[in-house]
Amino acid sequence: MPSPDSTPRLQLRQISKRYPGCLANDAIDLSIAPGEIHALLGENGAGKSTLMKIIYGVTQADAGEMLWQGQRVNIRNPAQARQLGIGMVFQHFSLFETLSVAQNIALAMGATAGTPKQLEPTIADVSRRYGMALEPERLVHSLSIGERQRVEIIRCLMQDIRLLILDEPTSVLTPQEADELFITLRRLAAEGCSILFISHKLAEVRALCHSATVLRGGRVAGHCVPAECSDQQLAQMMVGEAAALIGEYPKVSGGAAYLQVNGLSWHNPDPFGCSLSDISLQVRSGEIVGIAGVAGNGQDELLALLSGEQTLPRDSATSICFAGQAVATLRPDARRQLGLAFVPAERLGHGAVPELSLADNALLTAFQQGLVSNGLIKRGKVETLAQQIIQRFGVKTPDSQSAARSLSGGNLQKFILGREILQQPKLLIAAHPTWGVDVGAAATIHRALIALRDAGAAILVISEDLDELFQISDRLGALCAGRLSPLRNTTDSLLSDVGGWMAGQFNDAPSSATL
Amino acid sequence: MLLSLEPRGQQSRLMLWCSPLLAALLTLGCGSLLFIALGHDPLQTLHTLLIAPISDLYGVSELLVKALPILLCALGLAVAYQARIWNIGAEGQLLFGALAGSALAVNIIDMQSHWALVLILLTGTFAGAAWAGLTAWLRTRFNANEILTSIMLNYIALNLLLFCVHGPLKDPAGYNFPESAMFGDASRLPLLMEDGRVHAGVYFALLALVAVWVLLQKSFVGFQIKVLGLDKRAAGFVGFREKRLIWLALLISGGLAGLAGVCEVTGPIGQLVPQVSPGYGYAAITVAFLGRLNPIGILFSSLLMALLYIGGESAQMTLNLPQAITQLFQGMMLFFLLACDVLILYRPRLKLRWARRTSTTAVTAGAL
Repeated sequence: MPSPDSTPRLQLRQISKRYPGCLANDAIDLSIAPGEIHALLGENGAGKSTLMKIIYGVTQADAGEMLWQGQRVNIRNPAQARQLGIGMVFQHFSLFETLSVAQNIALAMGATAGTPKQLEPTIADVSRRYGMALEPERLVHSLSIGERQRVEIIRCLMQDIRLLILDEPTSVLTPQEADELFITLRRLAAEGCSILFISHKLAEVRALCHSATVLRGGRVAGHCVPAECSDQQLAQMMVGEAAALIGEYPKVSGGAAYLQVNGLSWHNPDPFGCSLSDISLQVRSGEIVGIAGVAGNGQDELLALLSGEQTLPRDSATSICFAGQAVATLRPDARRQLGLAFVPAERLGHGAVPELSLADNALLTAFQQGLVSNGLIKRGKVETLAQQIIQRFGVKTPDSQSAARSLSGGNLQKFILGREILQQPKLLIAAHPTWGVDVGAAATIHRALIALRDAGAAILVISEDLDELFQISDRLGALCAGRLSPLRNTTDSLLSDVGGWMAGQFNDAPSSATL
Repeated sequence: MLLSLEPRGQQSRLMLWCSPLLAALLTLGCGSLLFIALGHDPLQTLHTLLIAPISDLYGVSELLVKALPILLCALGLAVAYQARIWNIGAEGQLLFGALAGSALAVNIIDMQSHWALVLILLTGTFAGAAWAGLTAWLRTRFNANEILTSIMLNYIALNLLLFCVHGPLKDPAGYNFPESAMFGDASRLPLLMEDGRVHAGVYFALLALVAVWVLLQKSFVGFQIKVLGLDKRAAGFVGFREKRLIWLALLISGGLAGLAGVCEVTGPIGQLVPQVSPGYGYAAITVAFLGRLNPIGILFSSLLMALLYIGGESAQMTLNLPQAITQLFQGMMLFFLLACDVLILYRPRLKLRWARRTSTTAVTAGAL
């Protein structure tokens, strides 16, 4: 632990930032000591990203002051932040896939740092020092997500760094990879580097961070020592409600298989994409099957094949069946008529059209529910449906005519999920249903999924959030490099098992044998 | 920066309506400056340009005659543009429609039945649609950019028309002028008024206006077209058929342009001539955007554009102003409209200079 009386590395005083229509940061105080790992906790829209952007100079505060090692600074751009010794690893990496690790790092450091070849020894040195194995000459597209994150971190460490900001770094990692990252971070902190760790995964914040600042609605809801708080206490600070948010749901075993995938293989024409090989799974009516996996291991491809965005040739029509009927050649609208509902991973630009109103977005997938007659849209019915979704699922919006993009992530996700659930699907496929969604909305979404399951629908959830999968799914599996592990009952599975599956440690026995 | 733009977060309904007005004012203002620079009295020139041409019934009828092809083309373009299919080929589709209609008309000059006109109009419409169909086929089959293909097809259509009017369709009794024979009376669109040239094509335009309005605002196909334009992935995820919608949008677009062309030759012109269109198909692009791809808006903007056409002609005759004035006005209007549209999503904000200076000094002090 850092000594409390030393000058803080970074101190924020009364930082405020207003965006049109919302006060993103309201008089925020924050202090990080040298060598401290400080967590920034908060639900979506609490102002975490705004605060980070202010510290890193991406945007400027309207009011308040920032002290860097006791001196008042006004960071106007990221370059200046880097000069001061502030580094940041964003959630979405900014790497060139066709360049090597060393080339990527050289690009980011500028011409004065030297050529990629000159940098290679330093890169190797830094990666060894902090226990992050990385070969400088590898091309980035051949790296796993975890390795790409190491590139980003090493890129920050190449300079004299005194504050490292990490935005939800573990969201793309397997549990084992996350543990490795924590070792690196602890070593870094021991050397005196301060770390600002943004996350909403309470368990890892408790395991890693010395102290935490919790944001709620743009304000500081409290400071605490995470190791001394329970999940429940932390969640309450984040959400501000006494209601139990971390629910336990009974596990069930379901009825007859509704979705059957039999030996599905698909060659991806995209050289950087993932091909699927011999995937078999069954989802029974009245159960939730969860599929874990690190992003890029075939989730997008499997989802496209299941939703019908990618259809298969006639000879493999039976590789996907709904209640015994071959559907692999059918288009999405035809599959929807057979009872499919689908929640894609990206809300804006895939699940909903950003520019269109909520009412129009309700029509988008529900048009087969009697909302169109003689080719004309029945506006009244569309409006009623939109209102129903907004009310039943507690979507916070001025009215159904608001554009989809004006909603926060969690609200829009509630709307999209509500839209699909109100169509009374026999099969719901949901990708990352609570990704980037605040704790309150996530609980609503989980309850809705469980209610749909209990009403007899077959549900397939693909997610990177293992806590979520353990919480809601009845059976579990994991995707790795386009192959699916056997599915196992959640109650019989350990977190470490799933972590192993995510890393490809499962035998090649056909998964149907273990069903 | 002294003036900065801040995102509003929501579209401003007020600016949605005010932006065209503001653009019109700016166009008038800059136009006046231009006239002063040319040594003309701005008020008088604007009067000649914008008011004098429609101060009598004949003028109004001429306005409608000019507005008609622009309106038809722009309505079609609005359908394509809603799907983000940038059909720049309305001019070619119009010319090809006129050419095909004329080719039929000169062969049935002696036919007395009203079916002659119906056949000619249908031929022209289908020919325009077919010309746009080429663009649709190139786009859906080879993924060829529709902007390039439709522009290139404009030139092909123009040269085809010139070839035909100088060759196979030339009036044998026409003293070798590059014109076709005058069409038979049964093949001409009837006039609506004794004086003036307004013809029955106005009904088609009104029909098309209502049809496009229903299509875009009320129908599910129109909704699919809009979704395709706004968000291709969302359209794919619910199973809207992208290629089919591209074909549909381009066929509607081309069909209406073809109808506009054939209405010109069977209406005011009465024969095929090399100058069927003074660039109606291109003007329609501006008109479609000025009208915000909304059929009602397009009605008004096409009237405005027609006014600029006749006003330009009368300014040419009475004030000796160059013909380029018309194009300059069109260009300024589109330019100012696009510029003013920024204000729909952004709010301008004046920043005081001293505020920035103090912050700069604070930075340098902090960095040291």
